[in-house]
Amino acid sequence: MKPGSTGAACMAVIRRDLTLCWRRRGDALNPVLFALIVVTLFPFALGPEPNQLSRIAAGVVLVAILIAGVLALDALFRSDHDDGALEQLVLSPHPLPLLLACKILVHWLTTALPLIVAAPLLAGMLRLDPGVLPVLLGALALATPLLSLLGAVCVALTVGMRRSGMLLALLVLPLYVPVLIFAAGACDAAQAGLPYLAPLLWLGAALVLALVLAPLACAAALRISIT
Amino acid sequence: MNTLTLWFHKFGSPPVFHRIAGRLAPWLYASALLGMLIGLYGGLVLAPPDYQQSDAYRIIFIHVPCAWMSLFIYFFMAANAFVALVWRIKISEILAMASAPIGAAFTAITLATGSLWGKPMWGTWWTWDARLTSELVLLFLYLGVIGLNHAIEDRRQAARAAGFLALVGVVNVPIVHFSVNWWNTLHQGSTVRLIGPSAIDASMLWPLLVMALATKLWFFASLFVRARNDLLELEAGKEWARAEVLREGGTP
Repeated sequence: MKPGSTGAACMAVIRRDLTLCWRRRGDALNPVLFALIVVTLFPFALGPEPNQLSRIAAGVVLVAILIAGVLALDALFRSDHDDGALEQLVLSPHPLPLLLACKILVHWLTTALPLIVAAPLLAGMLRLDPGVLPVLLGALALATPLLSLLGAVCVALTVGMRRSGMLLALLVLPLYVPVLIFAAGACDAAQAGLPYLAPLLWLGAALVLALVLAPLACAAALRISIT
Repeated sequence: MNTLTLWFHKFGSPPVFHRIAGRLAPWLYASALLGMLIGLYGGLVLAPPDYQQSDAYRIIFIHVPCAWMSLFIYFFMAANAFVALVWRIKISEILAMASAPIGAAFTAITLATGSLWGKPMWGTWWTWDARLTSELVLLFLYLGVIGLNHAIEDRRQAARAAGFLALVGVVNVPIVHFSVNWWNTLHQGSTVRLIGPSAIDASMLWPLLVMALATKLWFFASLFVRARNDLLELEAGKEWARAEVLREGGTP
């Protein structure tokens, strides 16, 4: 790829973020550990009765992964903002939405993908019906990139703040509700033996829309925060 | 420039807005109160009891106008946020941020009256039905906008960031509005229609419409008062703001 071209810049962003993540690979496992602990809490709170657990398993796994994602969101721009790399990104001659899309992609690969890989284990702990597992994984594969994209827009708005944790959750969670409804709707339908394709298609449509619009919105939000 | 654009530009100038809004607000408050009195008298006394719900339905005269306002104000806020982001008009930033707490209050009233109504009619304070849930999400969106607005030190940057969030959240407004048609749920469908005959009797309809008008007047009165304060705070260093504060007997 020609040096200085937009493609090269995108590759550089991806390589840099992946390297940074690899250098601190212990941190990458934190979301998975968090989701694991949250899921472990439910049998303690509700009692270990298998039937009851298997009824709520899909929803609990979805919520645990969603909250782990919210907690991981803060890291998306935090270190880049602290060391000034984010300003360089904004000032670069290449289209900012594209560069941000690369950052979001790496963030999804390093935080959400391990969660999806761990999902069968989490579901197994709660005795999810094995027939529902493929639907749960499909819903997660469509929902987590959507959550990363929506979350990135909100993180970009709070990027300069020192204590943004609670506020970020307040901004992000209302936008996550529809995603959760459709993902849980698919799992529910599968559990009841009903056709589950429609909610998954809705999620796919929303994902396509967000893939196009969210990087643009994220760039606009970032320009507001960094002045 | 024709009169309308001239008027528009003048209204966008902080000193002129401050003066006009100050002059309008008492009248708006007075007419809103009068409208609410008429509407409530019509709704609570004149309108006949419902054939099914008897007198319990009368909470509709507060619940429904507030629900309309919760959506209307969100739309108003998002439209002003859009204007503020695109044309950087100071008044629009102020109006968008000043309308958020009022909208949150109307949404909270809608949820509260709705659950009061739900207890005798559905036998439950709350149900996870599409319209109730999306109205709750609307309240969270308002709270997010307010929270973000207060979390940023710089007032103008705060208004732009929170306004952007309001624009992102605008997808929820059609979901609230059409949720009753899209999902078959406990909450009843819409009975008042803009076009064609409404499914509600005229004796019940007119107090409802009067209340809807009165809540709108109240919103603009409250908005103008809030916006005037925010404007003085934002422009505290300017000559006109000092003069204004001195004129009203304060210390700049």
